[in-house]
Amino acid sequence: MLSVLTDNWDLFRDGFWLTIRLFLVSAVLSMVLGTVLGAFRVSPVPALRAVGTGYVNTFRNTPLTLVFAFLFFGAAKMDLALPSPYWTAVGALTIYTSAFVCEVVRSGINTISPGQSEAARAVGMTFFQVLTLIVLPQAFRAIVPPLSSVFIALLKNTTIAAGFSVVEAGSIPAAMSERSENQLLTLIWIAIGFLILIVPLMFLQRWAERRTAVA
Amino acid sequence: MSDSGTLTQTGLVALTGVNKHFGELHVLKDINLSIAKGEVVVVIGPSGSGKSTLCRAINRLETIDSGTIELDGQPLPSEGKSLATLRADVGMVFQSFNLFAHKTILQNVTLGPLKVRKMDAKQAEKRALELLERVGVASQASKYPAQLSGGQQQRVAIARALAMDPKVILFDEPTSALDPEMIQEVLEVMIDLAKQQMTMVVVTHEMGFARSAANRVVFMADGEIVEQADPESFFTNPTSRRAQDFLGKILKH
Repeated sequence: MLSVLTDNWDLFRDGFWLTIRLFLVSAVLSMVLGTVLGAFRVSPVPALRAVGTGYVNTFRNTPLTLVFAFLFFGAAKMDLALPSPYWTAVGALTIYTSAFVCEVVRSGINTISPGQSEAARAVGMTFFQVLTLIVLPQAFRAIVPPLSSVFIALLKNTTIAAGFSVVEAGSIPAAMSERSENQLLTLIWIAIGFLILIVPLMFLQRWAERRTAVA
Repeated sequence: MSDSGTLTQTGLVALTGVNKHFGELHVLKDINLSIAKGEVVVVIGPSGSGKSTLCRAINRLETIDSGTIELDGQPLPSEGKSLATLRADVGMVFQSFNLFAHKTILQNVTLGPLKVRKMDAKQAEKRALELLERVGVASQASKYPAQLSGGQQQRVAIARALAMDPKVILFDEPTSALDPEMIQEVLEVMIDLAKQQMTMVVVTHEMGFARSAANRVVFMADGEIVEQADPESFFTNPTSRRAQDFLGKILKH
């Protein structure tokens, strides 16, 4: 069993390394875009709220594979110059995951009593200050558990990129099949690989929950 | 601080023909009210009379449907930075305190001066500690709001409002959420402010406060200002039927 892994270490190492890069970069970008969209959804400007709602309704309800297909093939049809497959995959994952982050952030914001933002507005804070100084820091606590689920889903969703010529961990089975290796053992090793990647995320979640638990 | 005398004619706060609806409900009916600098105006009335809405409209936490609200001769901006700037000059004390739950008592008081007034940190802290001393909670400065009693929290909220050097402070039922034994400590701070010529609009059910600290009592019912007078004449000799009814009910016991 172990030889399946050790004999093909190059495949596993390169595949998972790309998975990690896809995940980390998409996670950071989704967090930023999702928070901005979440802010749009609670903003006093109706046009921004409409943009946020439209975005969520579009991308949360589109299958991820379709988002990939639109970027990889649709953009090519429209003669748009695409960046490398890696960055196109990052784009697809970010566009999709941001919709979920947005909803998590918005629901976190809704757990904060309106009195908090009223008091902040009454002191003379701008919308941006109310959000960043008062509401988001308190909302973060409620956001941590659902956000962890979103990011675990993102990590697993990176495997869709294998279907679009990105050689991440999801592409290992195809390469292994060319080398005539045992498919079942290959899949088991990939599953173990993902478990190993997810464990730190769980510890991160627990740490963040403890840190944000206030008096 | 250096207002020209000409403004006193229109008042520091001036509401003209203000109307507001909540759906079908007409909560503010053609309100005209002018509040002079240094004046303490107490707004009373049965619940649902629109008095809290009136109070919250003055710094636009409630929007209005028609009419104008002016502060120091300037109409309230509708949104954005200019509204924030204007709100910085209007202190507000809420029924449910609304201290920032994730900040210490000291940070609650310094946050506005630091982030809105861009005051230097040392100066903001020094001033905050003076204000906390003044309202009698300086010893709690490093605690979080949830660790304080309601009365203490409300006094911190008053200090937070004062830290902005406001032109006027709005009190929206400041003692209604307090246990009876804590009401007095908050009222004392407010009476002290009134003595120092702070311009105040106070929505309250505390008739004792109205009698001792108000320059004028405004009585509201069903979204209208029914009657206004100095406290002495209002309480001893209300002219309107509805004010007589109201006082009859609350002063009996």
